Amino acid sequence: MSLFNARSAWTIYKRELLRAFRTALQSILAPVLTTTLYFVVFGAAIGGQMQGGMGGVNYGAFIVPGLLLLTILGESTSNASFGIYMPRFTGAIYELLSAPVGVSETLVGFVGAAATKSLILATIILVTASFFVDYSIAHPVYAFGYILLVSASFSLFGFILGIWADNFEKLSIVPMLILMPLTFLGGTFYSIQVLPEPWRSVAMANPVVYLVNGLRWTFYGQSDFPIGLSLGLTLLFLAFCVGLIAWIFKTGWRLRA
Amino acid sequence: MQPILEISRLTKTYSGGFTALKGVDLTINKGEIFALLGPNGAGKTTLIGAVCGLVRPTSGTIHAFGEDMASNWRSLRARIGLVPQELATDMFEPVRRAVSDSRGLFGLAPDAGKIEEILRALSLWDKRDAQIRTLSGGMKRRVLIAKALAHDPELLFLDEPTAGVDVELRRDMWRQIALLRERGTTVILTTHYLEEAEEMADRVGIINKGEILMVDEKAAMMERLGRTEALISLAQPLNEIPEALSAFPVTLAEDGRVLCYRGDGGGEGGGAGTTEVAQLTKALIAAGIDYTAIDIHESSLEDIFVNLLEGGAA
Repeated sequence: MSLFNARSAWTIYKRELLRAFRTALQSILAPVLTTTLYFVVFGAAIGGQMQGGMGGVNYGAFIVPGLLLLTILGESTSNASFGIYMPRFTGAIYELLSAPVGVSETLVGFVGAAATKSLILATIILVTASFFVDYSIAHPVYAFGYILLVSASFSLFGFILGIWADNFEKLSIVPMLILMPLTFLGGTFYSIQVLPEPWRSVAMANPVVYLVNGLRWTFYGQSDFPIGLSLGLTLLFLAFCVGLIAWIFKTGWRLRA
Repeated sequence: MQPILEISRLTKTYSGGFTALKGVDLTINKGEIFALLGPNGAGKTTLIGAVCGLVRPTSGTIHAFGEDMASNWRSLRARIGLVPQELATDMFEPVRRAVSDSRGLFGLAPDAGKIEEILRALSLWDKRDAQIRTLSGGMKRRVLIAKALAHDPELLFLDEPTAGVDVELRRDMWRQIALLRERGTTVILTTHYLEEAEEMADRVGIINKGEILMVDEKAAMMERLGRTEALISLAQPLNEIPEALSAFPVTLAEDGRVLCYRGDGGGEGGGAGTTEVAQLTKALIAAGIDYTAIDIHESSLEDIFVNLLEGGAA
């Protein structure tokens, strides 16, 4: 038998996507509504008062990549973590563990579905944003690639979170208490160049800063840091998550008794 | 007999230090129904989990279909099915899709005809589009069986298949399991319903505190460890056992009004015990001891089970 069974992976992927569509109000409409509110409040209302924009870009357009990341990071993490945590919680994971399915099929299925959901959301948000602000994408192919990379990385991270968590509280702690503050403080609504010291230096220790800047570069061709740095750090994070998941499957940590 | 599963010196100690399996050796033959009997916490589910990939054994080996499970888990798991004890599945999925997805998870192409056949056999076809959560407990358990059968397993584990289901459904489940055997599926079921093992199993294994106490063919076990007990009501009470009856394993009870026989040999037909009771009645007549009634019965698997657990038999 081969090392990768496409049918098994497709089954997990399809099942996960169907689960998301089953709860479309929660998993698709809610994040879109939230992001729309951000655009209305920060983009149209407050942004309208900011003369000169941010770094030469209209403020409403400036926050588009950051808001996109805010949703992608949160949704990728939540979807993947929930996807693997629920069968662990209900006991339904027995089927996955007893099936001829390894780390590759599991990741393609769960992480692929979570990343797909994020891409769908990203598309909807970009379309929604176009109703509120004028924005353009300087490097659309890079933008797509970067969104895909970040979605996959944080879906992997969410998968790890879903295996680590042993209750619902832990499942929501990381997105709510760590990811969201880091994203808000990571230059979603501003360039960190406008921060006074020492906050500018402190902000540079926030990994989300580099993600936001990376995506902002693909939109406007400019950012606070070189794109190579953002890309390198994202790939490093991806590799770390893949390595950790490989270890989890090898040892059976929190999966197999 | 061709072995389909060979477990050798299997141990499992959980991280908390509890040892659930203590060097279990067990061989299951192709085509049989094997019942693993044991009280709660005996290690039944851990043993099944170790074979099916839910539990990582601490030591020991498991061979299925002649191959090592540790190194050939992918190909071997594709041939094994598991029905868990808990009703654990996505309750919001419709029945047919859930069963079809199980087939896909095991890497097989969709087969609507096969899924229909399974659902019809388990009387689930009428509920094929219903969400699993809307079904009764018994129906949900059948869905789990259908999911386990979706990839045509050659070896099927049923962990407490009739736990919590009513008598009618339990008998229905037994019929389903018998049908599986007819189709050539090897079935290993755990149960603490002795009636279930007695009714269905070809062979029985008794496990307690992580150790297999005994494995034997059900009939042989009952014959070997079973007892024939006869209570003979005497017309006149006796003060002591007469010399003519001294060769028989008998005692007096109820102030000498009842002669109690407890002899070896249970099992179907009573074995040696019933023959000896017949000889005992002849000896009573020959000795001029009249009797008014005979109550004779064989010990059940339950008696054997209780004796084994209490250390009363070996």
